[in-house]
Amino acid sequence: MRYREALNEALREELRRDETVMLMGEDIGVFNGAFKVTAGLLEEFGERRVRDTPISENTIVGMGVGAAMSGLRPVVELMTINFSLLAMDQIINSAAHIHYMFGGQARVPLVIRMPQGAGHQLGPTHSHCLEAMYLQVPGLLVATPSTPADAKGLLKAAIRDDNPVIFIEHESLYGQRGEVPEDPDHVVDFGSAAICREGDDVTIVGISRMALTAQRAAEALAAEHDIQAEVIDPRTLRPLDLDMICGSVRKTNRCVIVEEGWPHGGVGANLAALIQEQAFDWLDAPVARVTGADVPMPYSKPLEQIAFPHEPQVVTAVLSTFRDV
Amino acid sequence: MAEHVVEASPNIEGPRPLPAADAARDWLAAMLLIRRFEERAGELYAKALIGGFLHLAVGEEAAIVGAVRALRDRDYLISTYRSHGHALARGTEPERVMAELMGREGGVCRGRGGSMHMFDGERRFLGGYGIVGGNLPLGAGVALASDYLKRDEATLCVFGDGASNQGTFGETMNLAALWRLPVVFLVTNNQFGMGTALARHSAVTDLMRKGESFGVPGMRCDGMDVVETEAVVAEALAIAREQRQPMLVEAVTYRFRGHSMADPEEYRTREQVAEWRKRDPIDVFGERLEAEGVLEPSAREALDADALERIDAAAAFAEQSPFPAPESLYDNVYVLGDQVRGWYSVDERAAGVHRGEDERALAERKRRAGNGEDGG
Repeated sequence: MRYREALNEALREELRRDETVMLMGEDIGVFNGAFKVTAGLLEEFGERRVRDTPISENTIVGMGVGAAMSGLRPVVELMTINFSLLAMDQIINSAAHIHYMFGGQARVPLVIRMPQGAGHQLGPTHSHCLEAMYLQVPGLLVATPSTPADAKGLLKAAIRDDNPVIFIEHESLYGQRGEVPEDPDHVVDFGSAAICREGDDVTIVGISRMALTAQRAAEALAAEHDIQAEVIDPRTLRPLDLDMICGSVRKTNRCVIVEEGWPHGGVGANLAALIQEQAFDWLDAPVARVTGADVPMPYSKPLEQIAFPHEPQVVTAVLSTFRDV
Repeated sequence: MAEHVVEASPNIEGPRPLPAADAARDWLAAMLLIRRFEERAGELYAKALIGGFLHLAVGEEAAIVGAVRALRDRDYLISTYRSHGHALARGTEPERVMAELMGREGGVCRGRGGSMHMFDGERRFLGGYGIVGGNLPLGAGVALASDYLKRDEATLCVFGDGASNQGTFGETMNLAALWRLPVVFLVTNNQFGMGTALARHSAVTDLMRKGESFGVPGMRCDGMDVVETEAVVAEALAIAREQRQPMLVEAVTYRFRGHSMADPEEYRTREQVAEWRKRDPIDVFGERLEAEGVLEPSAREALDADALERIDAAAAFAEQSPFPAPESLYDNVYVLGDQVRGWYSVDERAAGVHRGEDERALAERKRRAGNGEDGG
């Protein structure tokens, strides 16, 4: 099953399971979704539950918050993560803070889905990876699935959870295939990372699509350098399964973090700080980071391709942690 | 889309008839309570018992009480950062509102929200919001839930003239009209967006017309007249409920005090303020009740004395209410459930991390460990 089909199945099953689940977003109905994630859902569930909206990101999210506060479990789709910047006010000032700000009186069981990522030559307004921005906000949960099974299981968990969830998909993964459990209650818990590949020599943490890049790099490291890398996909960035990551680092004594987003204040910057706080004595080398280039995403293909990480950079970063051995 | 257009009833010439005597007394009492509350809050702010920003609604009592009394208990109200009055009019105890202003555990939001962020879920007052225009989508979303769940409820979404320039204004009007949601938008036109006069911030000063191009017809009421405000908002709510036609009501009013306590009021003249004060909504309504024989002068004074007494009690309660315990800092950042585990938050004080478990339980374990008991 493809990643987009897994997401579609999660939405379909949750819409069937719970009458209060409803979808809102730009072109999710008649058009079947800009990336076809919502294909066929309008047909099955009708206009009441699958709603095409005008292009009004901040208001769509705000209405989702209001509806979530008074009995619904809305799933809002934003066409790309760059467009979510128009909704930043409602995401942070409203969705994330309402439960706390009102002393626990209100809940916001809202899911905001959005794809991110480069590789399709969409230039500086449609291609970024901004999970680090949302990771920073207390009150939000942040999911970044990299496989079809996780996409489905995490989306179902997100819909069932009582907190607002930023659910970050990746444009390049929609066509990715993988095994997906058929169990309609297949739910992946938030805060539980996945070990994608076991190894004793170095821990590579890959975020979103970079979990796959990290796995390919790990195979190259094994084949060409006799290095067995353990690859971890955190799957959710908030909450974070720091236990698993630090447990792996204590075993391998080396860590490389791979993300597609910008380096300053990035996921890796944050995670490196947490690892040095939690596992400093076990580290044999500084935590290394591989990130997207510190530039707005360029349109031109050769430039775009060097602006986000590929396997060779990951291999180089891993080797750098062995430099002094 | 002609069938979506509702002709708003023109303002009736002359004053509208008074409600039943009990209701009239209740409305006056509610306005007095707000007035006395706001005055006391201003004093307590000057004594530094209240921090942050404090936005008072002195002068706007009729626009508040008239609108809130037009709601049924099952309807929703959502407001702005100037919303002590909305909470009080909805029935929230002044004690809990005042305690919130003082940042105490006994406050409506346990001191987490403060003056700008009131909330009383039980009374369906879904909050004051600190971002201008931020509550419009929320109000429409609440109405969406009512509509979706086929519940007989309407939402009244209150904001100021300044908010009518935000993007959310047009976006929300459009969506509310498109989806025919049971919501009434009430723009409290108090003549100023903070310190910028209406004519200097809005090209269209006829605010009731600002929703028309989005499919939201407008009505206007004298926001200094509690009777008219109630009547017009009630009519708008009925249209929203029964015809699924969202409405925009403009309540024309004036705030007698500054935008917040930090306002030297250099943008308006004393004469202008004095002119509006002649139309003080509480005086005007009180005099009318006397003139029409609903209320004896002594009874009017007694209502005011009652209000003052309640405010004394509220201030005393608030001052005695404890500040929130430090170990409650992380309460309610998340709704904790079974599915969500892992590390939520960095705890700067302990240089550790939080698993989202009850901070109080953590503190209790530390305390017990410190006492040599089993830390568990």
